[in-house]
Amino acid sequence: MKDGGRGNDFRFRKARAHAPHPTALERKPGGFIISKMSDSTVETLEQTSVPTLPEIFLGFLGIALSGFGGVMPWAQRMLVEKKKWLTPEKFAEDVALAQFLPGPNIVNLSIVVGSRWRGALGSLVACIGLIGAPVALMMILGALYARYGDAAWLSGPLAGLSASAAGLVIAMAAKLAAPLFRGKRIMAISFAILSFIAVGFLRVPLYWVLFVFGPLSVAAFWWRLR
Amino acid sequence: MRDDSPIGGFILTALFVSVVAVGGVNAVLPELHRQVVDINHWLTDKQFADMFAIANASPGPNMLIITLIGWSLGGFYGAIVSTLALCTPTCALTYLVAQAWEKFKDAPWRIAVQAGLVPMTVGLIAASAYLLARAADHSMMAYAMTAATAGISYFTRINPLWAMAAAAALGHAGLV
Repeated sequence: MKDGGRGNDFRFRKARAHAPHPTALERKPGGFIISKMSDSTVETLEQTSVPTLPEIFLGFLGIALSGFGGVMPWAQRMLVEKKKWLTPEKFAEDVALAQFLPGPNIVNLSIVVGSRWRGALGSLVACIGLIGAPVALMMILGALYARYGDAAWLSGPLAGLSASAAGLVIAMAAKLAAPLFRGKRIMAISFAILSFIAVGFLRVPLYWVLFVFGPLSVAAFWWRLR
Repeated sequence: MRDDSPIGGFILTALFVSVVAVGGVNAVLPELHRQVVDINHWLTDKQFADMFAIANASPGPNMLIITLIGWSLGGFYGAIVSTLALCTPTCALTYLVAQAWEKFKDAPWRIAVQAGLVPMTVGLIAASAYLLARAADHSMMAYAMTAATAGISYFTRINPLWAMAAAAALGHAGLV
């Protein structure tokens, strides 16, 4: 019985998730990019599904437990590639939102996707799945550290881990950039390269880039979409 | 006798760090170090570096260095309350913004904001990839590990944890 109920709920949710897109298309028939973007959303929504609460919990637990030296690449792997709960485009949008809000990006991401899937409870479950086990582990390691007071032996493995983790982030950046290059979206590519240079090479403080380039980039797209 | 227990002060630090942490932990790490080591002398430089290493080497968000510092200053409850201070306010804010964001899903301004922010995010993640690689790679072996993990993760379906485990083992052997 319970399972049947949940199944119905699942289908209902899915149907609701579909509903706004055709109207979005009808409402914006003229905007080239908008209709193009909506098209891809509609097309890819068919392949994504809305997870249940236990699935959300386990998904984020898995992300957390894989996340050595950084969690975001593992979120991409789990949510987009393995579970197909998000399209690559949707993932990029959600990461963008999470990044612009204060707090740990990955925690923000869990709140954003959890709330879209299952409301407040979804957010809570995603967040607890994400940080519950690592927090418990931190406390155990904290107790060990307080007792033995030395983490110098970690420096060797950590050097290897950091080098490897950097590679994961490179791959993640490449996966996020690929749709921009495939679509030959010149303006998007330009803004991506500008912020890369500003933060990576010129070492401009991040908030500067976020709050100066951000509005500029949004204004440029607003002007283009109008 | 101290005039106030360090954990109270640290909880305020955790709150502050959380709220100013736009763009991830790397953006606020220097500030956290300044507060914890330089200004308040809650930890020594070595303790801070050790805790950063522990938080980085264990799974989960690296931001949980806050939990670790909370544990060392205030035990079990110190760890719990510091973690809550780190997460609760920003989670609440994110939840509210996410609700509003979803409501205006089809509004033209939101579509423009989204279209404008995504390329910047791509650029910022690429920049952090570059900076992480520059900080981590000091030997040919380290460059090779970075390149191998990037290649495995981008081109294959092999779980990159294997590459990370191999890298950690090579590091432990003193080869990185």
